Amino acid sequence: MEIPYNVKPRPDTGLYNAKVGIWLFLASEVMLFGGLFSSYVFLRMGADVWPHHILDVAPGFINTFVLIFSSVTMVLGWVYAKMGNYKWFKIWVGCTVLCALAFTGIKSYEYYGKFHHYGVILKDGTQITGHLEKEETNDTVIAIHPDEHQAYASGEEYLKAAGGGEHHVVLLQRKDVVWFSNFQPKYNTFMAIYFTLTGLHALHVLGGALVIAYFWGPGSKMFYTDREHFANRLEVVGLFWHFVDLVWIFLFPLLYLL
Amino acid sequence: MSEDVEHLKKHIKFYVAIGAALMVLTAVTVWVAYIPFGTTGHMIVGLSIALLKSALVALFFMHLSAEKKLIYRVLVFTGIFFLGLMLLTALAFQDQIGRLVHQN
Repeated sequence: MEIPYNVKPRPDTGLYNAKVGIWLFLASEVMLFGGLFSSYVFLRMGADVWPHHILDVAPGFINTFVLIFSSVTMVLGWVYAKMGNYKWFKIWVGCTVLCALAFTGIKSYEYYGKFHHYGVILKDGTQITGHLEKEETNDTVIAIHPDEHQAYASGEEYLKAAGGGEHHVVLLQRKDVVWFSNFQPKYNTFMAIYFTLTGLHALHVLGGALVIAYFWGPGSKMFYTDREHFANRLEVVGLFWHFVDLVWIFLFPLLYLL
Repeated sequence: MSEDVEHLKKHIKFYVAIGAALMVLTAVTVWVAYIPFGTTGHMIVGLSIALLKSALVALFFMHLSAEKKLIYRVLVFTGIFFLGLMLLTALAFQDQIGRLVHQN
């Protein structure tokens, strides 16, 4: 027996089952990301100091373009599937999957950069960020090649006091150091919430990409056997994909620009 | 069916136009971030642009501009609870009695 209203909409609501289902799911996702966004607000408002210039804007900016483009290609893929044009459905939905992979690739490059970026807190509270000079770092000394733009004002002041001109390497005695870590979640509150928000978002990108790839590949047989049902499935996965784009539209300015 | 195709072709042009608008607004977001508005100014401008972009995605890519009543009813509740979530944390700083939170 066929499940009623799987493809044809219910006469009273005008909706097919999957559409109600996906919107209920997206409502729950709003609460998931909403909870984390409100945590960000809470943590930032309650912090004495909040870092600046920790994130490179360029990869985030490119990623925003990539996701917006993927939203356009996803909706175009759905329209062409509805029109019965297999070739252009395949091209546009294929582009969407490639964009998803590009996004995760760029994100991985950002994470890699973060894991090789270091921060040091001295006993007097000064925070200096930069890259490690491994050859000069040993048991007694940490050698940092400082960032041109420091994340904290105290770092800027320390470097000015150390002497003008180019700061190639700053040698710090380990006995003066209270905290020394690369930029991973434990480094500071901002890093913790950054990795949580973007990590969860990236998992959503990967999950969505997997489902879209399925409909592009083995699942595309339904294009020929039951086109309306197939178009509905694309529409529903498209709704999830647009939501993922929507979350990034807020994440990018919040984490990278503000 | 051919009417449907013509109708859908108009949609294609429209979706591409919305996509282009979103790209432009993204560039504006970054440009505006480097203008010295002050922290509060940046928050208001940045989040306003983000709200406009998300409205374009929600209304047109997610077809919310022409959705059925049941979906709107579900989303009204979503909106109320989301607002509650944001107010809970933002208003915690107005808490006079609890004083749980360090006030800047």
